[in-house]
Amino acid sequence: MALLEAHGVAKIFGQLAALSDVDFVVEDGQLHGLIGPNGSGKSTLLKCIAGAELPTRGRIQLGGRDITAATPSERARAGLSLKFQVTSVFPELSVYHNVLLALQAHDPLASLTFSRTRDRLHGRVMEILAELRLRERAPAPAGVLSHGEQQWLEIAMALASRPRLLLLDEPTGGMSVEERRATGQLLVGLKRSCSMVVVEHDLDFIREICDVLTVLDQGRVLETGTVEQIQKSRKVQEVYLTRV
Amino acid sequence: MLKASAATRVAVLELALLVVFAVLPAALQEFRVVFVTRVMILALLALSFDLVWGFAGIMSFGQALFFGAAGYTVALLARDAGITSIFVVLPAALGVGLVLAFVVAAFLLLGRHPPSLTFVALGTLTGSYAADRLARGWYYLGGQNGIPSIPPMTAGPLQITEGLAYYYLALAVLVATYAACRFLVRSQLGLALAGVRINEARMAFFGYRVQSLKAIVFSVAGAIGGLAGGLYAFHEGFVWPNMLGVILSTQIVLYALFGGVGTLIGAVVGVVAIEIVSFVLADAYPTIWPIILGLLLLLVILFRPGGLISVLVPRRERIAVLGLARLGPPSAQAEAVDGAA
Repeated sequence: MALLEAHGVAKIFGQLAALSDVDFVVEDGQLHGLIGPNGSGKSTLLKCIAGAELPTRGRIQLGGRDITAATPSERARAGLSLKFQVTSVFPELSVYHNVLLALQAHDPLASLTFSRTRDRLHGRVMEILAELRLRERAPAPAGVLSHGEQQWLEIAMALASRPRLLLLDEPTGGMSVEERRATGQLLVGLKRSCSMVVVEHDLDFIREICDVLTVLDQGRVLETGTVEQIQKSRKVQEVYLTRV
Repeated sequence: MLKASAATRVAVLELALLVVFAVLPAALQEFRVVFVTRVMILALLALSFDLVWGFAGIMSFGQALFFGAAGYTVALLARDAGITSIFVVLPAALGVGLVLAFVVAAFLLLGRHPPSLTFVALGTLTGSYAADRLARGWYYLGGQNGIPSIPPMTAGPLQITEGLAYYYLALAVLVATYAACRFLVRSQLGLALAGVRINEARMAFFGYRVQSLKAIVFSVAGAIGGLAGGLYAFHEGFVWPNMLGVILSTQIVLYALFGGVGTLIGAVVGVVAIEIVSFVLADAYPTIWPIILGLLLLLVILFRPGGLISVLVPRRERIAVLGLARLGPPSAQAEAVDGAA
């Protein structure tokens, strides 16, 4: 069953068509990779899905609900979560508070005012931090973490709300080989609880973890298929051999 | 250890100020008691600004609008309806500030797109300016002269006139409001506000209704401004257009920035420091005191841009430790201090 359906999505900035009539479908429990050369429109498509940009044309549905014009906040409440390309943790707050901030986002105002969910959420915060190998760093300000650790914290925050669809824009940027491997294992393990769309330049990483790949080129979908199908695609090979 | 002691230092300062305010009337002549009462009421207004700017990142240049509107409302209640009961006028002042601030917030903050800092600053400034002009031109409100001779506030058969009774009333309201604000900013809601102040756009992607959160805090701050205006009107015995205007709005911003925003106590310290220095200078140098005061303010802004409170609490610690330690793991304070140091 399709969790996310984007049909005929176009995004035009002035004279530039960043996306043209893109159709993009993510099934339940799928780990869907989005690849393509620089400027192919991967991040723009992710932003249109997350609500950071509104598409010029087209329709986007999440779980059958039209979210084309929804605000980022409404999309997050509908079960969508985004890990940004550029890390945007809260540097002055502790690692613990960063995750708590994400976890309590859907709590009602009265609960927040009287800190009613604080005890209940404590265990979950520590659980997420342990899962992302950040437990020992819980009290440290997020701003002092290494770049790789900040990427993990971003993922921790994106996971905190238990999303139905997790959008990950370059989740392994700045990570060591070991960190990249661990991130791959983590994402594969998460498939049980949510679907994912991963934008990544590291094709080896994408090949190892994704079920389905969509290749974008110059704002259009070039090919969609399994990893094997994409590897055999002549059109994809041409793009990667001639422009990458 | 360093950061943990920052929170302790602020707690000690809070307690020390409370004790000083509580025993001060015993050491002061009556006209000075009246002066300190006025300082405490203005501290309430500065608290309202610290709540919106220091914690929610809303630059409001119009806090006097809520202060003055509530002042005029209670003055009219007293003049035209003969209502002076504390149990009516103070809730009325609070309500006027709350509702008016919510209306302003609905216009400035609740649009589809997040407003810019400049838009909100100019919007609130315009509101304050327009209200001032309206009051000056409206005969019913007394025009330029305002509404004089407001009868004293009452509590049953008792009259609460300026002096000791009013002093302790103002102190009680200040302490209760401060405690409520302190509770608010140290709650999970305070954590959300810290997030809004640091990265508003990111908060929306978590699912926070950021503009609604800001509108709520703005309205609460308006209610505090209104409460201060109600107290001020009965204390002074008259209201006038300056209570609504740009000068008072800007003065409150200056008070809070001078003391240091983002700690609550900094706003109180700012009001106390500027008012006392003004009082002393005006007495000693009647002709040139505003120039000396201006220079002093410039010096503090130059050498202590974080305000006077930055002597006790560096800017970074204000969010990371001071307000939120209660919400974190037990070792949060010490670690966060080490990281920031």
